[in-house]
Amino acid sequence: MASSAENHYYVPDGAYWPLLGSVALATTTGGLAGWLNQHALGEPVFYIGLLMLVIMMFGWFGTVIRESESGQYKPWEDKSFRLGMSWFIFSEVMFFAAFFGALFYARVFSVPWILGEGAGANTHTWLWSTFSEIWPTNGPADMGGSDFHMGWWPLPILNTAILLTSGITVTIAHHAVIKNDRKRFIWGLAATVLLGFIFVYFQAVEYQEAYHEGMTLQSGIYGSTFFMLTGFHGFHVTMGAIILLVVLLRAMRGHFTPERHFAFEAAAWYWHFVDVVWLGLFIFVYIL
Amino acid sequence: MNAALTDTDHHDDHHHGPAPGLLRWVTTTNHKDIGTLYLWFSLIMFFIGGFMALIIRAELFQPGLQVVDPHFFNQMTTMHALIMIFGVVMPAFVGLANWMVPIMIGAPDMALPRMNNWSFWILPFGFSMMLSTLFMDGGGPAGGWTLYPPLSLQGGNGFPFLIFSIHILGISSIMGAINIVATIMNLRAPGMTFMKMPLFVWTWFITAYLLIAVMPVLAGAVTMLLTDKFFGTAFFSAAGGGDPVMFQHIFWFFGHPEVYILILPSFGIVSEIIPTFSRKKLFGYASMVYATSSIALLSFIVWAHHMFTVGMPLSGELFFMFATMLIAVPTGVKVFNWVATMWGGAMTFETPMLFALGFVIMFTIGGFSGVMLALAPVDFQYHDTYFVVAHFHYVLVPGAIFGIVAAVYYWIPKWTGNMYDEKLGKAHFWISTIFVNLLFFPMHFVGLAGMPRRIPDYAVQFADFNAISTIGAFGFGFSQLIFVVVLVKCVKGGKKATDQVWEGAEGLEWTLSSPPPYHSFSDQPVVK
Repeated sequence: MASSAENHYYVPDGAYWPLLGSVALATTTGGLAGWLNQHALGEPVFYIGLLMLVIMMFGWFGTVIRESESGQYKPWEDKSFRLGMSWFIFSEVMFFAAFFGALFYARVFSVPWILGEGAGANTHTWLWSTFSEIWPTNGPADMGGSDFHMGWWPLPILNTAILLTSGITVTIAHHAVIKNDRKRFIWGLAATVLLGFIFVYFQAVEYQEAYHEGMTLQSGIYGSTFFMLTGFHGFHVTMGAIILLVVLLRAMRGHFTPERHFAFEAAAWYWHFVDVVWLGLFIFVYIL
Repeated sequence: MNAALTDTDHHDDHHHGPAPGLLRWVTTTNHKDIGTLYLWFSLIMFFIGGFMALIIRAELFQPGLQVVDPHFFNQMTTMHALIMIFGVVMPAFVGLANWMVPIMIGAPDMALPRMNNWSFWILPFGFSMMLSTLFMDGGGPAGGWTLYPPLSLQGGNGFPFLIFSIHILGISSIMGAINIVATIMNLRAPGMTFMKMPLFVWTWFITAYLLIAVMPVLAGAVTMLLTDKFFGTAFFSAAGGGDPVMFQHIFWFFGHPEVYILILPSFGIVSEIIPTFSRKKLFGYASMVYATSSIALLSFIVWAHHMFTVGMPLSGELFFMFATMLIAVPTGVKVFNWVATMWGGAMTFETPMLFALGFVIMFTIGGFSGVMLALAPVDFQYHDTYFVVAHFHYVLVPGAIFGIVAAVYYWIPKWTGNMYDEKLGKAHFWISTIFVNLLFFPMHFVGLAGMPRRIPDYAVQFADFNAISTIGAFGFGFSQLIFVVVLVKCVKGGKKATDQVWEGAEGLEWTLSSPPPYHSFSDQPVVK
């Protein structure tokens, strides 16, 4: 039989990283839950879990990188990684879909119903007869104090420009790695990472302004949807920027070739995904 | 150069088999080991969840409160559901997929072996967290597995642990599903085209897509519950402009595809077993594939039939009613094909076939009561009664669970190399079937007569049927011990199984030895 190593799919030996990952996940979430219950041990346990998660990622990804650099992965294994990453991104899209769904449902159904539209007329008459706001609103009980529309000018539009530009720089890096132009590859990546962190910084500034004026997570349904959507997005941008930073450090060490650079591509896909989510946010949260 | 040398060493290791000792199970990346872990885990959870069901039935044996207090009763109904869904049926299916998908498509292993290990090993942690809520201040979740706010937000200290355990189980399912999709898309043997894949592989392929699409939505929904409780958001509070009904919409957008996640792999199993014991090819292979896909697609646009009485606009009621009834068409195609496969076949009735036949008949009963529930006007009578309980237990117990048990009987000779005890297997089937009907059939009657679900006490006119149900429950529960005996006996020894095991069996899994080598298809077979 032609059983050269070439035709064999790479099945790794046993590993402890997944087990550490499980322990870490349970510790982190268990600690966080304890913290939410105001248990004294909650916070420290949470941070211990977080530390374990970071160690696990270093170890696990390190193993994969070593295997990749030693040439264990052929196009066959590469395809599995590609499939895994694309469907992971799809699952992330569905996670955001839940929150966009909440936003649309609140705007199209719940708020008009509280205002007496459709079969909800009695609700308005008997429960909330003084309520008249449409959108943005913090609800008939005026939850969380003042509410106002987070305008798209100036920070959000600036952030849109920043994120779109970072999409271009990451593409420049991609073209560069294919042409084996290392310098351009590294600069393209570095620019993307930088733009990513600038985006997160401006987002933090915007949050600060909002909280200063009394628009908080507690400001009714508008505050809830605004901060949860932009918050999860900001978290994903941070993650994406960290992933790109790791790719950048690897690039500076000479990793990736014109033919094989999946880690870079995965990071780039992820980056485009957070980009597209932002466009959705910009339209539905800020403009409309 | 050095790296290349280590590489060869690695490969040598690979062909030798499992690592020695218990650590093998902790660190394993082998699809068969992980499949075995999933299956044993699911069996243990089956008895934990079943024990809770028996507590529920013991309380309901007679009207009045005898055994547990109402709050604990509510915890039992909630936990029973969560455990049976996320801890039994889903892990059992993933375990079967781990064992069978690679060897049915001629793959060397699962596509992402290390992640495969992780998706199993976070389960015991997730469930420990979920079960631990029972011992906390305020007890476990008691508002029903659907976690509707505002009731679910009134739980005690267990609440955040419950939410995070659901996140963890979701991560496990998503990773498992991604792995299965990648395996099927990337690792099929040469010549194994999509339309040559065994139906079990097809149904799992489609199930995996459902999982990837809806588990994140559940994660989003429970995250909103968490922030509503602890961070002052107002997603489900009308005072802040939100709406508790919104949770139901988001939840059931996950929930309805979820119930198909719980049944589609069983469809695949039955579609493997019936042709083998009818000694005929499956009738209408292509229509089976299309029917499964249609069921999956429709599952995304029918969710609100779970909430007809919530006060939706009439247009919504009508849309969801008609869309739901449409699902009866592809489901009917499947049942027709199973019957047509048997038509004129040279049938024998070994245990897997008995369970598969039991599945076809009793799942169809559950399907029919489903059509009744789909009719919005009559659902106003049935909603939240024991009729609903009867319906979904018919599709889940003699449906999904019988499918899983059939699969175990069908493939265990391949897994262990030993035949199971046929006499005990048949006894297991007949006793289970008699008691499961005794358990669930009377629920239709008490439900139609108006007995609400999720209550520990009831009006005296329901007493007789409830007593019968409870007898059925204990009978069914204890008859599962026969299954354990069969399993243990078969793992320990028994008549040696041939490679083909069953006379009429076809497919790549039967070309391997019984039990198969540790690494089954290092060299892929060519399918013609």
